[in-house]
Amino acid sequence: MPHAVDPIHARAEENLRYIRDAMARAGAFTAVPGWGGVAMGATALAAAAISGPPDDSLRWILVWFGDAAAAATIALTAMARKARRSGAPLSPGSPAYRFALAYVPPLVAGIVLTPVFATLDLMARLPGCWLLLYGTAVATGGAFSVRVVPLMGVAFMALGAIAFAAPAAWGHYFLAAGFGGLHIVFGLIIARHYGG
Amino acid sequence: MARSASSRQTAAGGREPGGARPQAKRSTLDLDRVIHERLRLGIVSALAVNERLTFNDLKRLLQTTDGNLSVHARKLEDAQYIACDKTFDGRVPRTEYRLTAAGRRALEKYIAHMDAIIKAVRD
Repeated sequence: MPHAVDPIHARAEENLRYIRDAMARAGAFTAVPGWGGVAMGATALAAAAISGPPDDSLRWILVWFGDAAAAATIALTAMARKARRSGAPLSPGSPAYRFALAYVPPLVAGIVLTPVFATLDLMARLPGCWLLLYGTAVATGGAFSVRVVPLMGVAFMALGAIAFAAPAAWGHYFLAAGFGGLHIVFGLIIARHYGG
Repeated sequence: MARSASSRQTAAGGREPGGARPQAKRSTLDLDRVIHERLRLGIVSALAVNERLTFNDLKRLLQTTDGNLSVHARKLEDAQYIACDKTFDGRVPRTEYRLTAAGRRALEKYIAHMDAIIKAVRD
């Protein structure tokens, strides 16, 4: 029986597919910015120092909204810079894009739940809610990234669960430990091992 | 591995009725054998989207063995397509690879070859 030979263009297409797949898999290394995480952690520590314990004031929540906006700006800028430096794509289908798709829904849930908690006089429980949902976002987005990323998400989730059980007045400590400490620790690990 | 892949392609090129066109034939024959081999192509592609990758990163990404990766990485080093830096992380030796300018050019040329083959057949 004669040996079947692939058409030349099919082999060429397969080779290009292989290159794209190898780049996409390797791109997972570059999707999450480590130094960006460290910077986000630093702003969260500052926010915790400014905000103090959770209370029902508009000031308290605005401090953390301000930090969330700063963190989002840092994250997007750092991710774009890291992707550009390494040549990793940010186009639809890329690891960074898939990360964002899985990352955003739990964050949207957090945005929806924040006014609900506020109107039910549960502002003091917002730290647990935010940490839990942010952790969920990182854990689900991290499914498309290196192992340390979902691990970071699980650490945030655990901290959020503990925050619900702890005295409400400790909320800013939990926020500092999570958005500050965990971001810095995991950011340094990612920066050191996964290209900045 | 490289030999079998390239010989299949050359044979395929010969079978194309009327031509996988001269351009495509030339592209096939001019293929860079150093990165045409599957694992070496994977190494170069992975390094193209990362400044540096460790030996273990590459091994995990490409799902290969220590020996296989070593052999193919050495061939890429010999061709000066990748550079290897050996350091110590504490007492643990750490081998990192990065793509050289020549390696990036070789990958771009290889991708252009593949595009040319596909385009020649479709046109």
